[in-house]
Amino acid sequence: MSITTRERREMPVECEDDVILVRRAVRAIAEQTGFDTFASAALTTAASELTRNIWVHAKKGVAIIERVENGERTGVRVTFRDEGPGIADVPRVLAGGYSTARSMGLGLSGSKRLVDDFALQSTVGTGTTVEIVKWKSY
Amino acid sequence: MSGVIPILRMGDVLLTTVHVELRDAIADAFQNDVLSAIEKSRATGLIIDISGLDMVDSYVARILAETGRMARLMGTDAVLCGMRPEVSATLVRMGFPMGTVQTALDLDEGLALLRSKNGGTRHE
Repeated sequence: MSITTRERREMPVECEDDVILVRRAVRAIAEQTGFDTFASAALTTAASELTRNIWVHAKKGVAIIERVENGERTGVRVTFRDEGPGIADVPRVLAGGYSTARSMGLGLSGSKRLVDDFALQSTVGTGTTVEIVKWKSY
Repeated sequence: MSGVIPILRMGDVLLTTVHVELRDAIADAFQNDVLSAIEKSRATGLIIDISGLDMVDSYVARILAETGRMARLMGTDAVLCGMRPEVSATLVRMGFPMGTVQTALDLDEGLALLRSKNGGTRHE
C-alpha cells in the first residue's frame, strides 16, 4: 500500500533548542492526528532521541514531519537526515548498549521499539537518515 | 545555587519539581543544586516530582537516575514521584533500566516511603 503525505513540515536541527522544537512539533501533529497519550508519548520520545542524535553526532541536519495515510490508516512519519560521520556498525548500534557521551546507547534501539516502522540508512563519511512511522490504532 | 529548578524544604525532606525542559546546561546545574542543598540542609530524603513531564527520553531519564544515585552516595534517600502512565510505558518499552531508582505514585506516597525507611531523622 502506497503512502500519501497529507501535511509536511521541515525543521532544521542546528542547536540543542531545536531538539525541543522538533519534539513539540511532533507532539502537536500526533495529537491532531488523534493519537492516544501512550502513542503520542512513544512517538514524541522516539523523535526526541533521534533529533538529539543529529545534534550530538552530526551537529546539523533536518527533521521532516509528515501526516501520512496508506489507504486505510493514518499516521505520522518523521524523517531525520544528517550529513554527519555516519554509523560504522549499524547492527551493533541497533542492538542497543552502544553508549556515547551522556546517553545509554538507547537512542536508536529504543526508538525502534517505540514505533511501527523504522528504517535506517547510514554511510560512513556521508551521513545518516532514519525514518520512523507510528500509525494511529483503532 | 543557580536556581534553575526550585528546591523546597519540607522538614527533613527536600522536594524538587522538574517541569522545565532539561537541556545539557540546566541538567548539570540542577544536579549541582540538589547536591548542595542536601549538604546544606542535612536532608534525609529527596523527592523528585516529575508529574509535570509528559515525555521523558533516555537523556532526561539518565539525568534523573543519576541525580538519585548522587543523592544516595551522600547518604540521602531519593524517590522519583508522579511518573505518568505513558512515561512509564515508554521507558520500559524502549528498554531504559530505571530499576535502580526508588519510585512512588505521588508526593504523599513518596513522603510515606521516605518516613518508613529512616523515621525521618538523620542518624548523627
